[in-house]
Amino acid sequence: MVCAGSNPVMPEAMADLVAAARGGDKSAFDELVRVTFPDTYTLAYRLVGHEEDARDVVQEAYLRAYRGLGNFRGDAQFTTWLYRITANCASTHLGKRRRHRHEEMPDDDLVPDTHFVGDPAAQSDATALRAELHTALQALPPKLRAVVVLRDVYDLPHEAIAEELGISESAAKVRLHRARRQLRERLFPLPGEEGASHAV
Amino acid sequence: MRCEDLTELASAMADEEQTELLTLQAQEHLETCLRCQAEIAQYRKLIKALRVLRAEVLVPAPGFLNDVLTSLEEAGERGGLRLLLGGRKAAYAGGLAMATAAGAAGVIVLVGRSRQRRIGLAG
Repeated sequence: MVCAGSNPVMPEAMADLVAAARGGDKSAFDELVRVTFPDTYTLAYRLVGHEEDARDVVQEAYLRAYRGLGNFRGDAQFTTWLYRITANCASTHLGKRRRHRHEEMPDDDLVPDTHFVGDPAAQSDATALRAELHTALQALPPKLRAVVVLRDVYDLPHEAIAEELGISESAAKVRLHRARRQLRERLFPLPGEEGASHAV
Repeated sequence: MRCEDLTELASAMADEEQTELLTLQAQEHLETCLRCQAEIAQYRKLIKALRVLRAEVLVPAPGFLNDVLTSLEEAGERGGLRLLLGGRKAAYAGGLAMATAAGAAGVIVLVGRSRQRRIGLAG
């Protein structure tokens, strides 16, 4: 199910919750989970492209965040820190899944999930472009999808993306270019590219 | 300069990155090539559409939030238990060390006294 947007929490209120949670207030951390939960789940889903896997990634991300809260220095926003943890968990999860399901699923070629496309509520809310964009993102190989989602949707810097995905910054940029190119050819083809646009 | 030479940079340029890295040749090509200009414009549309997704959230199945909170609760309890066990272990180790030290001191005192007695008897 897709909804238009999450409930934004004022940065000051978020900072207060983070400070309380770092001081050992468990209920403050629970509240942080409540307010960041939809965004974290959405990011996880976009990265792994599968509901069940997204749930595993979210569980793991919050556990890591809970254990590592002492290491959060506060020089970035809490949500950015959480996105990085989620990206790292998703990358680990996809790596494990590739190893475990190698025979069932070809490398870098996830079966597109129709979660967004088939949901009538989502279709009524979203524009045709948005629906097409979701489908195109799902059709991307996970390695390319991760980079373009983190950079272009969540605005993470190249350096952070490279670090969380365990690749070099130049590799992250190359993947970003490839991902954008595949998406552009599919969604905004130039004259002469239309025929090849759906062969992603 | 050909269009193929610019295509690698086109997506970065659309994001207003690396524009300063363009050579003079590339800039001249871009000013006159409608195809490359169109490609960059299409990349800009794509990036804009992707940024819009940021405001959209998915709602997971009901009950999942509670699952996450429960797993955190369990992790917290496990962490507390580990801390407690760790504290007990330290207390046991400290007690053992103190008992060993006390025993060693007792042996030293006994050996000293027996030597004094032997010296007294010999004298």
